[in-house]
Amino acid sequence: MTPAPRFEMRGVRKTFGSTIALDGVDFSVRDGEVCALVGQNGAGKSTLMSILSGAVAPDAGEMRIDGVPYTPRSPIDARRQGVAMIYQGLSLAPDLSVMENIALGDEPARWGVVKREAMRARAAAALADLGHGDIVPDRLAGDLSPAEQQLVEIARALASGCRVLVLDEPTSSLAHADVHRLFEIVARLRQQGQAVVYISHFLEEVQAVSDRFVVLRDGRVAGEGRTTDAPASAIVELMVGRAVDALYPRSARTVGEVVLDLTGVMPGAATLQLRRGEIVGIAGLLGAGRTRLLRTIFGLEPVISGRIRVGTWEGPASPADRWRQGMGMVSEDRGAEGLAMDLSVADNLTLSRLDGLGPGPFVRPEAQAAAARRWIDRLQVRCAGPRQPIAALSGGNQQKIAVARLLYHDVDVLLLDEPTRGIDVASKAQIYQVLDDVVSNAARPRAALLVSSYLPELLGVCDRIAVMARGRLDAARPVEAWSEHALLMAAAAGQAS
Amino acid sequence: MKARRWLDEGGVFIALAVILLLFGLLIGPRFVSGANLELMARHAAVVCVAALGMTMVIASGGIDLSVGSVVALSTVVTALLLGGGASPIVALGGAVIACAAFGAVNGLLITRLHVVPFIVTLGTMLLIRGAAKGLASERRVEAPASWLNDLMRSVGGTGALLPLGVWMTLGLAVIVAAVLHYTKFGRHLFAMGSNERTARLCGVRVDRAKVAVYTLAGALAGLAGVMEFAKLSVGDPTVSVGLELSVIAAVIIGGGSLSGGRGTVTGTLAGAALMTAIQVGCSQQGLPNWVQEIVTGTIIVGAVGLDRWRRRVSG
Repeated sequence: MTPAPRFEMRGVRKTFGSTIALDGVDFSVRDGEVCALVGQNGAGKSTLMSILSGAVAPDAGEMRIDGVPYTPRSPIDARRQGVAMIYQGLSLAPDLSVMENIALGDEPARWGVVKREAMRARAAAALADLGHGDIVPDRLAGDLSPAEQQLVEIARALASGCRVLVLDEPTSSLAHADVHRLFEIVARLRQQGQAVVYISHFLEEVQAVSDRFVVLRDGRVAGEGRTTDAPASAIVELMVGRAVDALYPRSARTVGEVVLDLTGVMPGAATLQLRRGEIVGIAGLLGAGRTRLLRTIFGLEPVISGRIRVGTWEGPASPADRWRQGMGMVSEDRGAEGLAMDLSVADNLTLSRLDGLGPGPFVRPEAQAAAARRWIDRLQVRCAGPRQPIAALSGGNQQKIAVARLLYHDVDVLLLDEPTRGIDVASKAQIYQVLDDVVSNAARPRAALLVSSYLPELLGVCDRIAVMARGRLDAARPVEAWSEHALLMAAAAGQAS
Repeated sequence: MKARRWLDEGGVFIALAVILLLFGLLIGPRFVSGANLELMARHAAVVCVAALGMTMVIASGGIDLSVGSVVALSTVVTALLLGGGASPIVALGGAVIACAAFGAVNGLLITRLHVVPFIVTLGTMLLIRGAAKGLASERRVEAPASWLNDLMRSVGGTGALLPLGVWMTLGLAVIVAAVLHYTKFGRHLFAMGSNERTARLCGVRVDRAKVAVYTLAGALAGLAGVMEFAKLSVGDPTVSVGLELSVIAAVIIGGGSLSGGRGTVTGTLAGAALMTAIQVGCSQQGLPNWVQEIVTGTIIVGAVGLDRWRRRVSG
């Protein structure tokens, strides 16, 4: 006789355009149970979280709390109905005190005047429940350590009477020593009968805190079971489980001279040689430091120590210098950095190299449009023309322009940070094709450094792959030496398997 | 899409036509006579020249609140140089260079201290006003008459079409429009204003461009100051208080966006013309000052409301 679940979701579906993010997911958690939710990036975890938190409505399926239908209209509504989320980034108001944060939105008051004593008592009780009565309710939240802030967030969730507590990558903002304390708090919550959903990339965390695990893959539940019965490798197999398809063209490539030479570059502890005619992939989890490394190479963030050589240039460089040295970068964040959304397709494409589009300092709009038209045709970008604002294009077509900027500039070294994230398969295929073209070009082979969280892509297009884990880049090895399983183990364990 | 473009680029011209027509009907055909249009052009020129610089600043995503103070400083520097025996052209050049230097200071403070332009130029607005008063010993500075005083004088009866100052304004407008739309520098400004991180990623030397744009804005405000001096024929450190708001309003009414990435010279000129037409029309119609202020204020809020709406629609 098993008790009814505290929270239950059945047959939840969600599609975004032609992409199926969730395809009939069943999932439940009981009182006094910690259920871990794992899956690769893009498996559907974040969509599931958005639905749970009320930020996104499912297309189909139902959710229940204690048997009562749960249909949150917004994150605030979700909290009112008893689902509290603790996100990766901490979300306290730093200039308010601990007790004000705990009471925020539900302050005990009479005639609009806050009853500070009641507020203090409530905060102290909530913190004591977590075994941390040592945090003074009058302190400013901004003065607390990240671990203490997280604790206050959990206390806030409990004080507001939450029935399901969702922790999303809770250790990502914590120092190593604090992780253990968090595990103790989770164990304590379980004893108090709290239902907890624990989302993590790190399998050792899942094994340390959870009673049960659910693996998501491609928007479906790929498997679930009791954590104690499942070795890490079994969970990884459930997360991977798919063959590489024929999406990735690979022409014969001739490896040439070194065009990018990293020696002990910090941040990233990176030592790597990138040669003409090869694509080197960097695998790793979100937050492992891959983006930072790419940005450091490109001069967007300072080099702390180590040596970067691009072609024959060495020493500090700005992005402007890098472009002149024949290096270009695609940002992982298309909207916030990669593209200027107000500007036209042509402006976005040619921004890094306006020279040569007119005499001296001038830019002839016709020359700019003609240059843009060439790449619009070459990459089959669907748009009304070079003068259309880029915001009007679909994500895939926008991304093609972001990649085409490097090709228009005619760089030798391409730094690509998640170049195909969130775009449709047809656009992906075109980006892979053009990448293969320039790297396999017999007359002048280019080189690419590719950061991706999508393992089939890395295995499909790269010649060598290096894994970055917890801020350190391991040595690159030939792609034949890797499998999805091995990459995932290396990334999650923080060491090469 | 079509309606949006129409509002984006044509809205201010339609508003201008409506206002001219309205006052033309109220006051009679003499409101749109050559002499009256010349009066309005002379009236608008100072704001227009300063607004050319502001258009570039706003397109790049910045703002410059020190414009009014720079204009006052410029009148003082011009008068002092003329009084010291300098030739008019040297006085003009000296004032423009001094103001460009203050513009460069704005740019350097913004890029080196990483303080937002609003705060930096709020500070330099006071600082430059103080400098002007100090230079002038808190008095009006008399200056000998020169051809500079004719810069803004009405040309009625002389056979010339418009005063030299208005021609200068139009010439500069053509140059600034060309710089914005047909040069690397101009495209970089729009890129910075639209998304500074993208500009940096694409190798735009953002800091350098910012210093350049504030320097240019300072120089143009300095020239506006010389034109103001021409009207006053003395250097006055207390003149043009609050002018920066009219200048910003001209750019915004003309389609510039305070969040950057947008702004056109024709729109700015039309915005300045619109405000001037309201001012002149109200006073010639004998409407009290408060009516004119209410109308101008309504148009500013309306223009900014339109800007927000445009942004929401274009998502």
